[in-house]
Formats: sequence, C-alpha cells, structure tokens
Amino acid sequence: MNRFLSSSILLILFTFGCGGSGDDKIVIDFWTLGAEGEYILELIPAFEKENPGIEVNVQQIPWTAAQEKLITAVASDNTPDLCQLGNTWIPQFVALNSLEILDEYVSSSDQIKKENYFDGIWSTNIIENKLYGIPWYIDTRVLFYRTDVLAEAGLNHPPQTWEELYDVSKKIKEIPGKKDKYAIYLPANEWASFVIFGLQAGSTILKNNNRYGNFSGSKFKKAFEFLVKFHKQGLAPIGISQVTNVYQAFKDEYFAMYISGPWNINEFKKWMTEDLKDKWMTAPLPGPDENTQGVSLAGGSSLVMFNNSEKKIETWKFIEFLSRPSIQLNFYKLVNSLPAVKDAWNDSTLAGDKYIHAFYKQFHHVAATPKIPEWERIVFSKLQQYAEFAVRGTMTTDEALKALDEDVNNILEKRRWLLENE
Amino acid sequence: MRIRYSAPYLFLTPALTAIFVFFFIPVIAAFVISFTDFDIYAINNFGTARFIGFDNYKALINDQLFWTSLKNTFYFVIAAGPLSIAISLGAAILLSSKLVRLKPLFRLTYFLPVVTTLVAVAIVWRFIYHPRFGILNYFLEFFGINPIDWLGDPNWAMPAIILMAVWKNFGYNMIIFIAGLQNIPEDLYEAATIDGANGWQKFKKITLPMLAPTTLFISIITMIGFFQLFAEPYVMTQGGPLNSTLSIVQYMYQEGFRWWNMGYSAAIAFVLFLIIFTGTLIQFKLQKSPEA
Repeated sequence: MNRFLSSSILLILFTFGCGGSGDDKIVIDFWTLGAEGEYILELIPAFEKENPGIEVNVQQIPWTAAQEKLITAVASDNTPDLCQLGNTWIPQFVALNSLEILDEYVSSSDQIKKENYFDGIWSTNIIENKLYGIPWYIDTRVLFYRTDVLAEAGLNHPPQTWEELYDVSKKIKEIPGKKDKYAIYLPANEWASFVIFGLQAGSTILKNNNRYGNFSGSKFKKAFEFLVKFHKQGLAPIGISQVTNVYQAFKDEYFAMYISGPWNINEFKKWMTEDLKDKWMTAPLPGPDENTQGVSLAGGSSLVMFNNSEKKIETWKFIEFLSRPSIQLNFYKLVNSLPAVKDAWNDSTLAGDKYIHAFYKQFHHVAATPKIPEWERIVFSKLQQYAEFAVRGTMTTDEALKALDEDVNNILEKRRWLLENE
Repeated sequence: MRIRYSAPYLFLTPALTAIFVFFFIPVIAAFVISFTDFDIYAINNFGTARFIGFDNYKALINDQLFWTSLKNTFYFVIAAGPLSIAISLGAAILLSSKLVRLKPLFRLTYFLPVVTTLVAVAIVWRFIYHPRFGILNYFLEFFGINPIDWLGDPNWAMPAIILMAVWKNFGYNMIIFIAGLQNIPEDLYEAATIDGANGWQKFKKITLPMLAPTTLFISIITMIGFFQLFAEPYVMTQGGPLNSTLSIVQYMYQEGFRWWNMGYSAAIAFVLFLIIFTGTLIQFKLQKSPEA
C-alpha cells in the first residue's frame, strides 16, 4: 500500500512536472507494460540528473491491452519514442515496419555489446539479420519440483533426461495415497511445454524459412507423443480447471513438478512456508538424453525504438542507461525481473538465491521460437487447440498433428505470398 | 412549401451526421473489408491487402471453429433465452403480488447482479463451480451426485455459463415485466374474479395477453443480447474447454483483435448480423400471428 501510495504520488508529481516545465527540455515518451512501469519511475530521477536536458515520460499499459493499443498507435502514427515489448512481439512490429534498426547504435556504443547478453536471448531480437531490440529483462522456463515427493519416489536430484522424468512420474503416481494426485502439471492449454519439448527434440517447429508447419515431422511428433503420454497415463491432470490455483495445488502435492518461469519464484516462496519451506527447488529442464542439455524458451522483454521518433539520440541514451549492470540490478531489486545483462548476475542478490541459480544455468540453453508475426496465432489458437484434442483423445496424435499442419499452412499463406512478391 | 418541410431535416442534421460518420461509414468500411484479406501486414501497408471476393465467407463455411461457435451460440440463446424470460416473468409476478412484503428489498436484491461488474461476479462463480472446493458440488453431494468439473468438462461448461448468465441478467427483464404488469388495469382481474376465474385462468387470459407487447420487446432484446454472448465465457473459460463455450462474438474478437485478421473478422460480423436480423423478423412474425 505504502509503495503504491508513494509511487502514485511520484506519478502525479511527475505528470505535473512535465506539464509545468515548458522550457526547452526534450521529453522521451516511454511506454511500459505491466508492473514494470510502476517501478521504473524510481530509476528515472537518476537519469534525469545525469542528463538535465532530457525528461522521461512513462506511460503504463496493462499487458492484456498492450498489443491492441500498440498496433492502434502504429496505425494512427501515435507511437512513443521507446517501448517495452515482449520479445515474441517484435516480429509483428517489424512486419508493421515501425521499429528502428539498432545495429549501428550498438556498433558505436561502449555500453551495449552483444557479448554482455545471453546468446539465445539476444538472437530473439534479430530478424533477418537486423537488430530491432535490446533485451531489458529476461525470462525462461525451468522445472519447479517438490524435493520431498521426488525423494519419496527414489530420486534425490531433479530429473535430467526425458526418460528420468517419465520414470519418476510413474513412481510418484505409485506412492500410496497418490492415486488421485498427479506427478506433473502440463496444461494442454499452455503451448509452452509442447514447443519446449519440440525444440529439445530438435524440431524447427516450422520449415522452409517458416513458410510451412513442421509439426507432423518426426522430431516434433516424438516430443508431442511424449507429453501426451503423461496425460493418457494419468501422470498429469487433463482438465485445466482442476487446478485453479497452481500454488495451492503444488503445496497440497496435487502435482510434484511444474514447468514455469521466474515470475513464480516469489509466489511459491509465499505459499511454501513453515515445514514446506525447504521442500521445493528449481532445476534446469531435463534434456532428451544424457548428453544433451534441455533447451528452454528465450523469453523476456526488450526495449525498442519506433522509427518515427524524433528523439532517437536521447532515447538511445536512455536505453544505454537502463542497460547498465548497476541499474539492471536495481531494477531487479525493485520488481524482481531478471536482468538481461550478464554482469548484473555476479551480484550476491542474484548469485545467492538458490532458486534463481537454475535460471542462470538455463539461460545458457535457450532457443528462440520462429520469428514471424503469425507465431502467437499459431501457438495460441492452433497448437493449444490440437494439443487439447490429442490429450483428451478426441483425435489421435497423428490426426491432431496433421490437422495442425494444415491449419498452420493456411495461416502462413499470406507470408508465402509476400515472400514470393518481394 | 418546400422551405417549411426542410426545417425538421435541418434539426435532424446533427444527429444524422453523427450516425452517418460514426455508424454507417464504419459499417460500410467493414463490409468492404470483409471482401479482403486485410490483416496485420495490411495495417501499415494497405497495398498488401488483397481483394478476395467471397473467399472469407466461403472459408467460414469450411471453418470448423466457426460452426462450433455458431452451434454454441445457438445452444446458449435457445437454452438461456426462454429460461431467462420465464424466470424474470416469474419473479416479476411474485414481486407484484399483494402478499409479498418488503418488495423494494427483493427488487433490489434481484437487480443487484445486473449492476455488479461481471469480472467480480465471475471470480465468485469460479469458486462456486470449483470441482474440488466449490459450494455447488458440495450441495449436489447431499443428493448423492458425484462432483462435476463444471468449467473443465466440455459437456458441463455451457450449462454452467447459461446458469450464470441467466442469474446475472434476469433482473433487468424482471424490472421491465414489473412495469408491464403495473399497466394491466386492476378492473380486468376484478371482473374475472366476479366471473369466477381462478388464478391460472386469470394468468392465461389476462396477464399473458396484456403483457404480449412487453414480452415481444423483452424476447427481442434478450435474443439480440444473448446472440452477442461474449463477456461471460471470456472471463470464465476463454472459450474452452475444447471450444465448448466459444461464442461467435468471441471468435470474431479473437480473429480481429488478437490475430488481426480484420477481413475474416468482418465477415463473421456480417454473418452474425444476418442471423440476428432473421431472428428478429421471425419473432415479429410469430407475435403478430393470432395466438392459439
């Protein structure tokens, strides 16, 4: 409450401050998504102190309305100078031809260098060899698991291979009293795990320069069948509304493993209290075999500049400011968003947190999903739909993947047409 | 002569201009867009939109998801519409009865769901429907009924949405029915009582015929409203499980504002318009024909 109050006062002062100072200050419009916008306000005074001629005007947009609002802004030429963008959204705004290419800015910068970032994350910002965004904070998905339940099933370390994951799941289900409970939560209405295991199996997800779906290809199929097996054999709950509260369910041992992101660390800390406090851990994802580290998704938010901004130099200055290791660390302390800059990870705040360690390891093995504007539509509207069909047995896995490919090929028709007419 | 007649049009001009600019132009534009493949690529570059004739409409015919959403919407309208009207009529008659005390309190209570924000209501209903901890399953257990996964089971999700939508909306119709009931002259009932009519006869021969215009109004408004089912499944199930609660409007919204297929989305909108238009015409016809 206090925090809310102080930040809203800050916001009010800030807005008035902007209106009042009608002198020749340059104002950067910065749109942020979600909670980050509230906390970023605390970092801005330092920047404005360093750069007396520049002011940063932050506007907060809720995640759910963000895409709509941003695309409308592009259509009506009302884009801000700087914006936070989920890195899977970048392709859409590149397709809209609205983002500034940042390669030249980076090559002449002392502050921002490719080597400072995790490779997999950096590459999500590159589309057709051009750089469009600078990673701001990052996320990926790892395995959250109950150490006590796994130990009871005879495993004293997190599962490291698919086989181990499957075996331990079977054993968990066999523990007396666990008949109505499950080993792992792999909701069919979340595309992430299907894509992660597909990538781990070596599938490119799409093929032919992302012109066609490659879901019925043998590699994706292998991963898909592997996951569906968990549902079919009662190792993972099929219905999603059986778990309205994942934290409660994790606490109740309703399931013992869950693949999720850093945003859940604090939530689990809140729920797993007292004697359950040390009964859970995070671990990098298992891989397809002993020799291959399992990859996960390269997620997070990037900072992008819109190409019709008239304050590009100042905006870039602000991007550089936000990319300093010390500022990244401060930002983490404020809002718990994992820093994109590797140097910030050496600090004890991050290095000393045992739950975050798995994320650090995993970030070295993250892969980008296909970078096309249709991607979200493919996974949210099609992959999830057919995954649910397969899990519930409405379709066989073969039928589901074939139908999925057909639908995806239809979606990509426009892309093929555009590529041919370039 | 002519000048005299032009005066009203002059006064109508501002309103007509507003309607023309903010209603007819967008509708016409949407109609044109429904014949193109206007999508995310076209938003900033109209050149990439292709005129594709009736392809969007043809694609709709082969679109399983569209038929699913159509089926779901009809299911909802046919089940929830009459149910909602019957319950609101029943509540209105009870509240108009001379035997009921504290009428304003009941009216207020029944009307409360209408004015409550749906999102807040949805959270409560999600708890009610919870398969393991929900109060609904708890009550059903007394009758020996096994727990039902209301929002997670494709067969039960739509009934659950119907129940909630009816509960949320019947208060509005009830108020209109109460107003209609108050317009029925008391002497009709008195005359019927003298003639020896019983309660049911009075209801059938006086209340229902006298309420006919109100009922027509309510059934049309309810039908139009229910065909545009959106918010309830949007907050409760997001159209799932297995698309069993995906409504037409929700599908249209998804295609248009989530995936930016404006052309396809506009085509869905016009199909929905035709359906509602036909439905309204049928209701007018039914009400005009002499009742059996």
